[in-house]
Amino acid sequence: MAVGAPPRYEAVVGLEVHSQLLTRSKMFCGCSAEYAGAPPNTQVCAICLGMPGTLPVANRRAVELTLMTGLALNCEIPDASKFDRKNYPYPDLVKGYQISQYDLPFCRGGWIDVEADGGSRRIGIERVHLEEDTARLVHGVDAAGRACSFVDVNRSGAPLMEIVSKPDLRSPAEARVYLQKLRAILRTLGVSTGNMEEGSFRCDANVSLRVVGESELGTKTEVKNMNSFRSVQRALEYEIGRHTALLESGGRVVQETRGWIEDRGLTVSQRSKEQAHDYRYFPEPDLPPLFIKREWVAELQQALPELPDARRERYVSQHGLTPYLAGQLTASAETADFFEQTVQIYPDPKKVGNWIQSELFRLQNEAGDDDASGSVPQPEHMAELLRLLDAGTIGGSAAKQVFDEMYRTGAAPAQIVESRSLTQVSDSDALSGVVDDVIKANPSPVADYRGGKTAALGRLVGEIMKATRGRANPSLASELLRTRLNQPDS
Amino acid sequence: MSISREEVEHVAHLARLGLSEEEKTRLQRQLSQILETMRAIDQVDTTTIPPTAQVIPLDTIMREDVARPSAPVDDILRNAPSHEAGFFRVPPVLETGDRDL
Repeated sequence: MAVGAPPRYEAVVGLEVHSQLLTRSKMFCGCSAEYAGAPPNTQVCAICLGMPGTLPVANRRAVELTLMTGLALNCEIPDASKFDRKNYPYPDLVKGYQISQYDLPFCRGGWIDVEADGGSRRIGIERVHLEEDTARLVHGVDAAGRACSFVDVNRSGAPLMEIVSKPDLRSPAEARVYLQKLRAILRTLGVSTGNMEEGSFRCDANVSLRVVGESELGTKTEVKNMNSFRSVQRALEYEIGRHTALLESGGRVVQETRGWIEDRGLTVSQRSKEQAHDYRYFPEPDLPPLFIKREWVAELQQALPELPDARRERYVSQHGLTPYLAGQLTASAETADFFEQTVQIYPDPKKVGNWIQSELFRLQNEAGDDDASGSVPQPEHMAELLRLLDAGTIGGSAAKQVFDEMYRTGAAPAQIVESRSLTQVSDSDALSGVVDDVIKANPSPVADYRGGKTAALGRLVGEIMKATRGRANPSLASELLRTRLNQPDS
Repeated sequence: MSISREEVEHVAHLARLGLSEEEKTRLQRQLSQILETMRAIDQVDTTTIPPTAQVIPLDTIMREDVARPSAPVDDILRNAPSHEAGFFRVPPVLETGDRDL
């Protein structure tokens, strides 16, 4: 390094994702796993309550969904696997331990390709394992007004899959795209709803910095409490900035767990290394080891649906889209479904793709809506809008207004055009008054145009569009303008 | 084989046990004796035995994903020292607290 040049740092990020699995029953007992909306402690039995003398039995479907995920993430599926006890005392853990997997997870060593920061990079997957979810805690005061916590065991024992990435991510944007892609894969497989706000898809991040070109990692912090894709990106930006500021001012990063506080936009210390856990993992004596038959793995591999990468390739080869646009369209399962359904009834993939890229993504970003399902319009409405545009019923700028309203309200395009009087004016009689007014009101571009600067016509067309709230047919407007301006001054 | 007083304190903390100084002294001695007794196992030659987590002659036991009725909530709460509105009631825990998954 040159003398005096400050070291340049790069971020090293690994993500741990917990995803609930779409099973009917819990991981080790027959209680229903669909606990949303159920009154507290109504989906509990002696097994998930950890009563003495009970025995857990693994849910075959949960194991299957985990294996499917591993295969989709290009993991190796070892022959032998087992469950272990992870011990820690906390009121959300009724048994005092969580059944998890320690050294023999169901899946290990996979990868996914992530398109971000203008390139594509392969992000390693360390492992995918299966465990059980914890009880839900509600903090408040009891009937006598004393502070206390309330425990609802309904969620306890629901199957929870953990996907651990290698520390291969290098920027907050890349981490966000990785998460979105992972979620798209899980949703395509049908293993999880992937809903972050409801907590069925949760993410923790390990963050450290290192000097560019060196292999030694700096001290890492673990960031928790991020419950949207946007908050993951923001929290990582904050945390990387915090590390950088500390290192550049000669300070040091303390190894600790930090919680992201969404409304304050910062992370705060939750637990330092000194209090770090000693989980005392040991093999779960109540569950015999599992040997995963190769026939089962082959069967699952065979039955995998078309995954986002394959979908992207198909959009390039079948629809002639650029790899970049195809990558963007397939980053979320909802968007890709919306694209395909629209193209089925309006077979112009490039046009549909460009509308999604320029208009839908803009609106989704404005709405901060990067997680919820249902953030796409109806494919029928999209097709109808494009047909109205093709027929000249509405102009390009009105079409954007219609799309905007269609996205927000779910109303049909024809209705919106009707109720907001957005029909394109292609009648010269109706437009000529406006043309006269605009010429009168804008003497300077008029003089420019007549003086030979034909580019000034664009400004006058713009004024006509403004005066008609985007309804004027732009080519008719410029034709009328030209005719009028080429006449001698009246 | 002996364990230190700090190790006794650490294990007691993990188990959330409050020990008197006297108890720590006694447990340090007793735990050391237990470990010493268990060391007899070290004499067995295990070079030909694969790592074994289970000795029950069973493997790959799974059940089908079928939901069945849970227990009545009154039964679930019956053994609880304290409950309210269908919840177990416990001393307050900090929201940013010691939870991990």
